Amino acid sequence: MAYKIVGSQCTGCSACEPECPNEAIFEKNGVFYIKPEKCTECIGHFDEAQCVAACPVDKTCIIDNAYPRYQAS
Amino acid sequence: MEAALENATPNLSRLKPITGIKVEIAGQPEASGCGTTGGEGKASCGTSDGPDDMSPEIWEKVKNHPCYSEEAHHHYARMHVAVAPACNIQCNYCNRKYDCSNESRPGVVSQKLTPDQAVKKVIAVASEIPQMTVLGIAGPGDALASPQKTFETFRQLQEQAPDIKLCLSTNGLMLPEYVDEICKYNIDHVTITINMIDAEVGEKIYPWIFYNHKRYYGREAAQILTDRQMLGLEMLTARGVLTKINSVLIPGINDQHLYEVNRAVKSRGAFLHNIMPLISEAEHGTVFGLTGQRGPSAQELKDVQDACMGGANLMRHCRQCRADAVGLLGEDRSDEFTLDQIEQMDVVYDLEKRRSYQEKVELERQAQHDAKHDALAAHGGVDDGMKVLVAVATTGGGKVNEHFGHATEFQIFELTAASATFVGHRRVDLYCQGGFGEDEQLPSIVNAINDCHAVLVAKIGACPRDELKAAGIEPVDAYAHEFIEKAALTWFADYRGRVASGEITHIARGDAAIRQGAFMAA
Repeated sequence: MAYKIVGSQCTGCSACEPECPNEAIFEKNGVFYIKPEKCTECIGHFDEAQCVAACPVDKTCIIDNAYPRYQAS
Repeated sequence: MEAALENATPNLSRLKPITGIKVEIAGQPEASGCGTTGGEGKASCGTSDGPDDMSPEIWEKVKNHPCYSEEAHHHYARMHVAVAPACNIQCNYCNRKYDCSNESRPGVVSQKLTPDQAVKKVIAVASEIPQMTVLGIAGPGDALASPQKTFETFRQLQEQAPDIKLCLSTNGLMLPEYVDEICKYNIDHVTITINMIDAEVGEKIYPWIFYNHKRYYGREAAQILTDRQMLGLEMLTARGVLTKINSVLIPGINDQHLYEVNRAVKSRGAFLHNIMPLISEAEHGTVFGLTGQRGPSAQELKDVQDACMGGANLMRHCRQCRADAVGLLGEDRSDEFTLDQIEQMDVVYDLEKRRSYQEKVELERQAQHDAKHDALAAHGGVDDGMKVLVAVATTGGGKVNEHFGHATEFQIFELTAASATFVGHRRVDLYCQGGFGEDEQLPSIVNAINDCHAVLVAKIGACPRDELKAAGIEPVDAYAHEFIEKAALTWFADYRGRVASGEITHIARGDAAIRQGAFMAA
């Protein structure tokens, strides 16, 4: 049900943070994280996941396989 | 180093001969130098000369802005604060993962700041360096992609340091949205990076943009970007905000196209056009670095700049500085103002002290201005077409006042019998390391100023002196601590005398390389 940010890839640029419609993104020690319980994969908000689209580094915001895909209720 | 020079090997065949550019030498003394390099219309002098050819309102805006006035850049300092890390477009010459404190180029920064930290830093620097007159937000991403952070910093500064000029630099994508905000905080200088006005060219420079919650790619992305840039520029012009257009010269991609960009931005009221060389090395990890896209040689850069001179005021003194640079252009004192150090500083913002210091700086700027005019009056003759470049070692103040071995850059002046014009600068590796000249550094310095007939210095050792002579570059220390234009014109009169008497023969010089690698702030 969520995207995650690969910490080693994150430049800490903050481009994703204001784009998230769920305010699921936060900063800690210079890199950004996604709260999985808040992430909806932008379903119902936008055609594409905003963190992925805004991130300057490829393959940094990725689907977190630890969670099942988000289902709009 | 070898590889860098090979990359910079000139390919002049790529550059078409430039036609239709009117070059004329001003005859009237009232033109006071400004027309001497002129082309059509407003000529190039807006940036290099004084109040002679600008309205008083514009002169007031640029006279102590080192980025907008070539004359000011010898005397006044600027600083950038890195509060805007996010960006909304991808450029092929930029890799957002790269961060190295030894590297000096746009987009690079060592320490990101919050608006509160940035304001504290500005106040600290303004107290330590009273000739610091300009605060810019230039990233390390795009100033308008982090609008809250950018404008919060400006808001606080406007209250706490009202004498500091505020400016920002942007790729222009979000510019139309923020023109009102820009005016609200009295930001009267905005820089827009415009590398193309044609999406066919743009798609080779910008792989994607992020706009209106969507990623756009290729030609569609480039079209949106250019439309937004042109709209933003027109809006700023309509509001009376001075604009500087930065263009990165990318040989084979936009070198010919920049003439069209120049016309387009000038027709929309751009105040300055700054054409800069591509910085591209494989180790930077940029797309252009990895594909081996080379930067221009010194001559290629100058050819495009010369051809664009008639279009808009042309800036040639840009140092492509870091997003957290502090000091005079070409110098970076950011190491002295890290967050930890600022915490220790006892800072009082003394407006009066800054004013009285700047009055002295203003006298020095005026003295350099007058010395240039005196030298032109004394040595200026009728232009007979003989034109040479000279390299100058200076620590600022507009004087020949640096030891050859201490120079990390040389300023380049173009001389004719009737003019001395700043045309650029070349970064070099320091020749002197710990008191000893490094002979292996000399060839790289010679390469960087290989298009010059002479190098004017305060002092120079015997060894480099002989080697420069052997390379055909005359080392000159006879004018130490004199104003640059006066020294250069006096030397040139002497040079012409020696040519006329048959003592020496005037031989054209070759091309020079633009230094690409890491720059150690010395």
